[in-house]
Amino acid sequence: MSEALHDVRLTVNGVVHEIRVPARRLLSDALRHDLGLTGTHVGCEHGVCGACTILVDGGTARACLMLAVAARGCEITTVEGLADPDGALSPVQRAFAECHGLQCGFCTPGFLTTVTAGLRRDPSPTHDRARDMIAGNLCRCTGYVNIVRAVERAASLQRDVS
Amino acid sequence: MGQPVQRVEDQRFLTGGGRYVDDIDPGSPALHAAVLRSPHAHARILDIDVSGVLDVPGVHAVYTYDDLAGPMAEPLPVLIPHPALTHGRTQYALARDEVNHVGEAIAFVVAEDRYLAEDAVDRIVVDYEVLPAVVGIDAARSAERLVHDDVPGNVGARLEQTVGDAPAAIAAAPHRLELDLEIERSACQPIEGRGTVARWDPDAGRLVVWTATQSSTGVRAAVAAKLGLDIGRVDVITPDVGGGFGVKIVHPWPEELLVPMAARALRRPVKFVEDRREHFISSAHERGQVQHVEVGFDDDGRLLGLDVEFWHDHGAYTPYGLIVPIITSTQLLGPYKPGAYRVAFESLYTNTVIVTPYRGAGRPQGCFAMERTMDAIAAYLGRDRTEVRAANFIRPDEFPYDHGLVFQDGRALEYDSGDYPACLEKLRKLIDWDGFGSFRRECAEQGRTVGIGLACYVEGTGVGPYEGAHVRVDTTGKVQVATGLTTQGQSHRTAFAQIVADELGVPFDDVEVVTGDTRRMPYAVGTFASRAAVMSGSAVFKAARRTKEKALRLAADALEADVEDLEIVDGKVGVRGTGLGIPLGTLSVLSNPLRYAFDEASKAATQFSVGDSNLPPVAEDEQPGLEGTDFYSPVHATFAAGMHAAVVETDPDTAEIRILRYAVVHDCGNLINPMVVEGQIHGGVAQGVGGALYERMAYDESGQLLNASFMDFLMPYVTEIPDAIEIDHLQTPSPLNPLGIKGAGEAGVIPVSAVIAAAVEDAEGIPITAMPISPSDLFTLREERRA
Repeated sequence: MSEALHDVRLTVNGVVHEIRVPARRLLSDALRHDLGLTGTHVGCEHGVCGACTILVDGGTARACLMLAVAARGCEITTVEGLADPDGALSPVQRAFAECHGLQCGFCTPGFLTTVTAGLRRDPSPTHDRARDMIAGNLCRCTGYVNIVRAVERAASLQRDVS
Repeated sequence: MGQPVQRVEDQRFLTGGGRYVDDIDPGSPALHAAVLRSPHAHARILDIDVSGVLDVPGVHAVYTYDDLAGPMAEPLPVLIPHPALTHGRTQYALARDEVNHVGEAIAFVVAEDRYLAEDAVDRIVVDYEVLPAVVGIDAARSAERLVHDDVPGNVGARLEQTVGDAPAAIAAAPHRLELDLEIERSACQPIEGRGTVARWDPDAGRLVVWTATQSSTGVRAAVAAKLGLDIGRVDVITPDVGGGFGVKIVHPWPEELLVPMAARALRRPVKFVEDRREHFISSAHERGQVQHVEVGFDDDGRLLGLDVEFWHDHGAYTPYGLIVPIITSTQLLGPYKPGAYRVAFESLYTNTVIVTPYRGAGRPQGCFAMERTMDAIAAYLGRDRTEVRAANFIRPDEFPYDHGLVFQDGRALEYDSGDYPACLEKLRKLIDWDGFGSFRRECAEQGRTVGIGLACYVEGTGVGPYEGAHVRVDTTGKVQVATGLTTQGQSHRTAFAQIVADELGVPFDDVEVVTGDTRRMPYAVGTFASRAAVMSGSAVFKAARRTKEKALRLAADALEADVEDLEIVDGKVGVRGTGLGIPLGTLSVLSNPLRYAFDEASKAATQFSVGDSNLPPVAEDEQPGLEGTDFYSPVHATFAAGMHAAVVETDPDTAEIRILRYAVVHDCGNLINPMVVEGQIHGGVAQGVGGALYERMAYDESGQLLNASFMDFLMPYVTEIPDAIEIDHLQTPSPLNPLGIKGAGEAGVIPVSAVIAAAVEDAEGIPITAMPISPSDLFTLREERRA
């Protein structure tokens, strides 16, 4: 028997999408494979690594722990939506490049979304709070040293902008 | 070269534009595969019933061993045969009649999506005769049960190397010690697991495979051989890869064959992407060893004889041969002269996941054995630990230094260059070794317990056989570079562009590098053994030099000048001191005499525009195009070195271990991009900290992996990594390659377990002989001491 399909209206990076999906379809799969937004990566599928972190109504969420049908009506931001509409990188994105805060790049989208939300809450984090900000995301390449630098650099770049 | 140039890779990665294997759009919608894996560590397969599977809507095919034919029905290759591997065994792409670890592939289902494929896997019914499992080195050695019926004693290989008579030298030595040591299993755990996509083009009779591998040419050769295709009909493209650390050098994984096989049979693109649990139970692990060391030494702590035996757990199969234990057995010597040396190992079967190289590849274990021995000697003699090490160093004037052993590449273990005393001096300063005593006293006054440790290593990097590169100057003046080895985050596109920009005299931004695409460079080996910068870096340099030589010849002709008077600056070949010049893009046009123009630039190369009508349009011994191909193939590896030190604090109540300071002195010869090298060190140290304090594969006695998730297998978050990793570089160039470089990729991880063990031992006054060490382990050691 074929699965029942559900109409879901998602707003992702300001664009409205209509998809028909089974109830069990993960939001991460819907974003990646139904909408083609492959910047959101899946590392563990159990909510621990943080690679799939997206912003849902401004707060961080693990796309692998949400069903697409549960995201009805939510405003979602993925890594594809972090840069300015003209393509200019956000301060967080620029800081990661400047500080060599990424190597293979697979965990990076989850860090970028996490730090973007974190700096909205705490625009001038102390060093310890900068570390805490990324303490829920796994990176196997960088040893985190340069990611912490990138958080502090991003805060500084944002202050310069504002 | 030598500048911390920002990475060209980052723009894509930062905007969601990376293309990893699961992001690949193979042209038409792909079918998705899921694998039925053994729930038992050891069992005979009596029957597989797939009758319920094809009834699942959306299922296209199910394969078991009985569906495999020809070379696909034979065992997977032993990639690196060795005469000592007398009992090498490999699995079938799908289990034939026996499974030897939890997670071994049994059936392969292809369906419209992964959800449906997993539904279908659940409907397969397998009748097993469960057999007793062999788990752990003790069980393998006791051989009360066998993993493979035809492998006596569970011994896949036994290998011994000797230099002099170590037992006699130890017996005659003024002082002797014995140590028993142990290192547990860990694994690479890249955040992206394995994955493969394939598309069969029936019109062209070609297969395209995208796979997350560390060796695209290796996969290509294996797929061609197994599917009975001419290698010219198989293209393997390695897209962005989300970390490798060794696990993706193994090939072909069963799915790397099954996916293209199904794509060809079903005439639809097929995709397989493993999930995290599959990665834990079906991709490779490493590290597990038990070691016994006997050493004889003089009053200064100088080694007179060293005799090491160890037992290496290689899991259920041996696709990667003996590389890991051979590396342990040779590289444990580090920067030291061992006196007489004997090393012997047994590589043992267990009913667990296969063991193949994980960053460091046997060196962390070897370093642990050697450095624990050095610390034991220092403690025995009451000498400073740095003094004992210095007494044993190979001196700078002793290079090249041949240990008289055979290394992992079948070549001499001959160190090319190094300066170990200078390295140690830098480390002592960086960590303030001499000032630690007063820090310890200050801490003691506050009721705090601290300790300091150090460890030294030497790493053979850049093993052969070769790498190649192709450099082509386009008519626009832009430079396209291709090298065949693959990239998993090491910044190759940036580093190789730096090399080409410098050698060819073009702006860095005009150079574009492609890696791991067999269409662009079909001759390549792979990314492992800290070899990419050394091997492909050197090949890229040589190919750029060839291109430059050709540009100069063409320009000399066009400008009627002597080659000796020409220079290339900013993409333009000029006559020194004249202002006369010609852009490389124009030379590219002239290099390719044309009959047909296709744009303004190419008009200059047509028959009525260019060339001496009395000469052949393409000169003797030349070829059209401003390009160059070259290869680099050194006689043997180049040997990088380094030394780490750490200060740790142990909690008197909870036995928690906190790293207060971590210092690294690293010598990888000349640096291409110091920012990238430091990033590699940071990442290596973090993985080392994971291996030293947190990561272990928790198998139960029946062979079930109890912690097969990121929730339970404790990889470091930022909270587990020292806040600052202090780094100093020493640059002792390698004489073996044109750039004077040595590998840097694995170095950071190698000595960390040895360093942390030494520091904890120093803090607690309890011998630390097994790693990783958890707070519970340390607590137990304290209890045992009290009792």
